[in-house]
Amino acid sequence: MDPKLKREILLDHYQNPTNRGLVEDDSYIKINTNNESCIDNLDIMYKIENGKIIDIRFDGEACAISTSATSIMIQSFIGKTKEEALKILENYENMLNEKEYDPEVLGDLNLYQDIYKQPNRKKCAFLPFESFKKVIEKIEEK
Amino acid sequence: MNREDFPILKNELIYFDNGATTLKPQQVIDAVTDYYTNYTANAHRGDYDNSLKVDMMYEETRTKVKNFIHANSEKEIIFTSGATDSLNRIVFGYMKYNLQPGDEVLITKAEHASNVLPWLELEKEKGIVVKYIPLENHLVTLENVKRSITEHTKVISLAQVTNVLGDVRPIFEIGEFCRENNILLVVDGAQSVPHMEVDVIKLNIDFLAFSAHKMLGPTGVGVLYGKEELLEKMHPTSFGGGMNSTFTSDKIVEYKSLPTRLEAGTPNIAGVIGLGAAIDYLTNIGMDRIQEHEKHLKQYFLEKAKDMNQLVIYNKDLDNGLIAFNIDGVFSQDTAVYLNHYHICVRAGNHCAKILKEDLLVKNTCRISFYLYNTEEEIDQLIEVLKNSKDIFQIVL
Repeated sequence: MDPKLKREILLDHYQNPTNRGLVEDDSYIKINTNNESCIDNLDIMYKIENGKIIDIRFDGEACAISTSATSIMIQSFIGKTKEEALKILENYENMLNEKEYDPEVLGDLNLYQDIYKQPNRKKCAFLPFESFKKVIEKIEEK
Repeated sequence: MNREDFPILKNELIYFDNGATTLKPQQVIDAVTDYYTNYTANAHRGDYDNSLKVDMMYEETRTKVKNFIHANSEKEIIFTSGATDSLNRIVFGYMKYNLQPGDEVLITKAEHASNVLPWLELEKEKGIVVKYIPLENHLVTLENVKRSITEHTKVISLAQVTNVLGDVRPIFEIGEFCRENNILLVVDGAQSVPHMEVDVIKLNIDFLAFSAHKMLGPTGVGVLYGKEELLEKMHPTSFGGGMNSTFTSDKIVEYKSLPTRLEAGTPNIAGVIGLGAAIDYLTNIGMDRIQEHEKHLKQYFLEKAKDMNQLVIYNKDLDNGLIAFNIDGVFSQDTAVYLNHYHICVRAGNHCAKILKEDLLVKNTCRISFYLYNTEEEIDQLIEVLKNSKDIFQIVL
């Protein structure tokens, strides 16, 4: 993709992210995701019913990569089943780690395909997905 | 000044992260390499030439440190792995055995994690009470110290210079107050000893902690200073080789005298020798000159940046060598990544002072911290890059 267009899409997600702002609602599971290697600090809350992702909201302070990745993750996850979301996560993680992956399932997350060139930013790009892993752990504990 | 002594500066590099660690001059690198290349041996052990030379170099550094901070005796200088280790030993080797449940320790919300977490652990373990001296416009004042004192206050533990804003605390006044009121004064010198003259006697400091790597020395070595009568009452937190004088099968154990009693195991010999070279280097230049140079660079930056409305500077009024700033509307880490594109190294984050944000109302900042080798030309380049920062997302995305 044209780098200029790519940048514009990411910048738009950073400046006007999807579903910014938390809600008071106990039916959501809330995760604080504090990236261990840096300073991004986001609260992300998930509403999952009967194995389906109904809503995701977030708030907090984070860099452009983390914030835009959160916005795009939210867009790609809402309406998906847990399993479908995990499949996206797995392929996305493989892409970041330069392993084999299926670009078909990633949609706009393909915009991060060059992040591996900046190893210190990989954690930022994966930050929101860490929170989804924790949500799944929480659901399975129940 | 002295840039030619720093081999790393031959690369394209503008290093403004001296609060985190400093670059090393050839003299320090040579001192460390010389030990590994030409006279490797353990300390305090053998009777052969190299071992004696190691002993001499190691103990000579102790004397250099003593003179550098104007302590009374070599017995008051303990080598540790760094300021964090030193502070932990003060808390778990001294305070744990000499404070009582209910005794109060005063710190502030602007302290580095290493001057917060050991105290919070001891609070849980022992029932001491950790309290925060209220900050006045982010600063510590003697008035607020006095206001925080109760009959239970036994210790005040403060950084002499904070690592977020770089403000210099009135340690002399606080030291006098502590002496008059029988309160122990613990000073985290990690950000002060490398940048200014520190005199533990004049300042009435009871315990001082600092790291070699923030003052041109190697990583993994630091200093714990304590007044001799206090160190006599300090318990070792490590036990083993080097620090015992005898032990028998029926469990009669005797430990050596100061300072060896508090240095169990083979020390970081290369690191200590490197620290000795770093102290020589700093002393040759003069701490006052270094401090003046850093202050000058900050003023130079502020002058150049005065019309740049996009910059938010949090500590303009402090006369020091540290600048805490953000580009308006840009997350600090994005700024740091942008500057890195131009080989400019700054630190982004909360600088290990995670509770200061409650007071500062800004969670993260970019920090520029100067040292002796920084120049006006480097600042010119920084200013140029910051002026073009409307293109920041062309770079970071």
